Amino acid sequence: MKLESKVPSGPLAEKWDKHRFESKLVNPANKRKFSAIVVGSGLAGAAGAASLAELGYNVSCFCYQDSPRRAHSIAAQGGINASKNYQNDGDSTWRLFYDTIKGGDFRSREANVYRLAQVANNIIDQCVAQGVPFARDYGGLLDNRSFGGAQVSRTFYARGQTGQQLLLGAYSALSRQIGKGQVRMYPRAEMLDVVVVDGRARGIVVRDMVTGKISSHAADAVVLATGGYGNVFYLATYAKGCNVTAAYKAYKKGALFANPCFTQIHPTCIPVSGEYQSKLTLMSESLRNDGRIWVPKNRDDKRAAADIPEDERDYYLERKYPSFGNLAPRDISSRSAKEVVDDGRGVGETGVGVYLDFADAIKRLGKNVIEERYGNLFQMYERITGEDPYTVPMRIYPASHYTMGGLWVDYNLESTIPALFVAGEANFSDHGANRLGASALMQGLADGYFVLPYTLGNHFARAGVSNIKADHPEFKKAEEEVKERINKLLSINGKRSPDTFHRALGKIMWEYCGMGRNATGLKKALQEIPALREEFWQDLKVMGSADELNQQLELAGRVADFLEIGEVMCYDALTREESCGAHFREEYQTEEGEALRNDRDFCYVSAWEYTGVGKEPNLHKEPLVFENVELTTRSYK
Amino acid sequence: MNLTLYVWRQKDAEDKGSLEKYDARDINHHMSFLEMLDVVNEGLIQEGVDPIAFDHDCREGICGMCSLMINGRAHGPEKATTVCQLHMRHFKDGDTIYIEPWRAKAFPVTKDLIVDRSAFDRVMQAGGFVSVNTGGAPDANALPIPKANADVAFDAAACIGCGACVASCKNASAMLFVSAKVSQFALLPQGHAERKQRVEKMIAQMDEEGFGNCTNYYECEAACPKEISVRFIAKMNREYLMATIAK
Repeated sequence: MKLESKVPSGPLAEKWDKHRFESKLVNPANKRKFSAIVVGSGLAGAAGAASLAELGYNVSCFCYQDSPRRAHSIAAQGGINASKNYQNDGDSTWRLFYDTIKGGDFRSREANVYRLAQVANNIIDQCVAQGVPFARDYGGLLDNRSFGGAQVSRTFYARGQTGQQLLLGAYSALSRQIGKGQVRMYPRAEMLDVVVVDGRARGIVVRDMVTGKISSHAADAVVLATGGYGNVFYLATYAKGCNVTAAYKAYKKGALFANPCFTQIHPTCIPVSGEYQSKLTLMSESLRNDGRIWVPKNRDDKRAAADIPEDERDYYLERKYPSFGNLAPRDISSRSAKEVVDDGRGVGETGVGVYLDFADAIKRLGKNVIEERYGNLFQMYERITGEDPYTVPMRIYPASHYTMGGLWVDYNLESTIPALFVAGEANFSDHGANRLGASALMQGLADGYFVLPYTLGNHFARAGVSNIKADHPEFKKAEEEVKERINKLLSINGKRSPDTFHRALGKIMWEYCGMGRNATGLKKALQEIPALREEFWQDLKVMGSADELNQQLELAGRVADFLEIGEVMCYDALTREESCGAHFREEYQTEEGEALRNDRDFCYVSAWEYTGVGKEPNLHKEPLVFENVELTTRSYK
Repeated sequence: MNLTLYVWRQKDAEDKGSLEKYDARDINHHMSFLEMLDVVNEGLIQEGVDPIAFDHDCREGICGMCSLMINGRAHGPEKATTVCQLHMRHFKDGDTIYIEPWRAKAFPVTKDLIVDRSAFDRVMQAGGFVSVNTGGAPDANALPIPKANADVAFDAAACIGCGACVASCKNASAMLFVSAKVSQFALLPQGHAERKQRVEKMIAQMDEEGFGNCTNYYECEAACPKEISVRFIAKMNREYLMATIAK
């Protein structure tokens, strides 16, 4: 299989304009003849569904939550990047592009990243027009803050709830189209298969999560905007329902999965407190603007933070990376935290955590300013831990937060299955090996508002109207397979609940394919995961039946897919014999312990092809060509 | 700690439903309320009892999916806190806890503690938006908005759509929810063009869904996990009056 990125020729800054010009258009009167299915209602899904409907296409949108407003984009806190240069601090499209591609450790596609930087400004305009209440200064203009991996202030924010406000903006646009009848919304619906007819995606099979009814839906194109697979680690900052199932079903049907081992571990989360823990909570990275990260210089120092004098504290990020300090990119900050904890200098009851201290900032700016900036985050922290961060330093530790990897897509966001498009976190294209803060919201909305409406239109214009309906034999076949799998899950009658298998998988993944990876560990994981999967299919216990609201059944189906993607991640991590971004192979590091990238041998996208359960997938490579930036060693010192 | 739970069990929308008693043993005070229910469910599965169905997703207090009535209070005893952010340190050993779903005509029970809140979505579809298509928006800074207005608009926009306001109101009124959206757009210049029809349409849909009226008990504000103020209800009433007088 040859991977064609379909990146247009010509100068970088002109590619997207050129591509739009070369795209075929659908006559306004003909748009209503085309239909699109959008799976997922987060930023990419809701924005895409709404924008496509506004153009006049018939859209069906599916989400597993009870309302599209609840998609996990809602939990993003810190902000969204754009290079408006409102602060006059030297920002530009080029700088946003460069920071993003450098932040991704040169493992993303130049043209995609540049387009992202180009449309970022339109996103801010669009959201403001929708009534998104971004933070403003006293003159009434928009305010910005700085974020990790950048030296300009380009992040737009809405207190600590930027994701919520942007999602509600997209949700309101979507609601408008639902009200008009241009979008048909299916909440509490889980996509369980994608249907491919004559090599093209023609629809999906869905389970109604209230009645258990399995149904087929056909369209001229299918868009997956189903988010990331970070819940493979069990403990993660994802919502409990986030899963890989939709993307994984597409992978099984022939879509390639790209860079699955590029998973981001976010540096500032509230540490684990016990075995019963069901999820981890992120504290926005924006806290690093004013908080100072430190641990005691001495091992096993059990004194309270306030009793440790200044000269016995190690502000390790400021020490190691003086020019970026506490704002070093996420992968570097996370790894540094792991280093000091592994060195026995961690803090808190469990010793697995580091301090994020606001004492200096409160002294400098006053409690009021800190409260205004981070009030809701401080409140959230206090609620979870029972500690007051205004008086005692926060304790933080890294947690699984985002997946840069995802289904492989070309410049049009089309996967290797024609007519199957993938948007937002579910695709792989823009963040390389590491995503910078405030870039996920940017990418989700860029894909949804400003890329899909063009590339889908071009697709429709070229492919014409499909005459495949949902009663086609391929749909019936897929429905039967879905029902068979559900019955299989229900009929094992073993002893263990789906959750216990999920936890067990999470431990394997965190241990061997987490912040640090090595060949020995990955090989071990490649033995342990199939063994666990075997046990799952022998000893699973799912209560209830198929034709009712059954949360255990939903979970069981998702865990079954996590048990397979985990293995693909490990194969990917094992074959990528270099360290880059969030992928840190312990064998490949400098003497100072920094990531050692290998551009000679690994400057490519790894795209994996499904070959069967438990079988090593086939690796396809898309070489990454850099015509505009020089591949440098990332330095934040 | 050990607790006694009385939990509402209802097989489906048609079932009558009843409170069932369960023991919650060895509960750690650091657990969240939902983690406590996870532990109870794990035990039920081992005993071969159908686990308790409840809505939850982000578990960080922002998605608005979790929705439990705990000892008669929406989201439980802590102020400004969703159930998922409620921790067991606020309970003590030996406590008896009653857990029920949201109760409102417009929120029928789907199963156990899960209710159907699609009425909220339909209210939003009636007018909870600014009619602006993608593309063609003016520069974001073309329209300065006084910080004070933007801040109050944000206070309204912080609503997570959980429905605690409805569940805690003796009239099952959705005025707090609807007024938050009406106010957000009424306070911002972007919302002005559709100001009148928006409030009329959203209120008409709210009534059609079967939500009750506001009789100023302010239970909604007390229960709201995002502390949305009842001042927005007053604001909506003014908006509605202005829209209807103009006719």
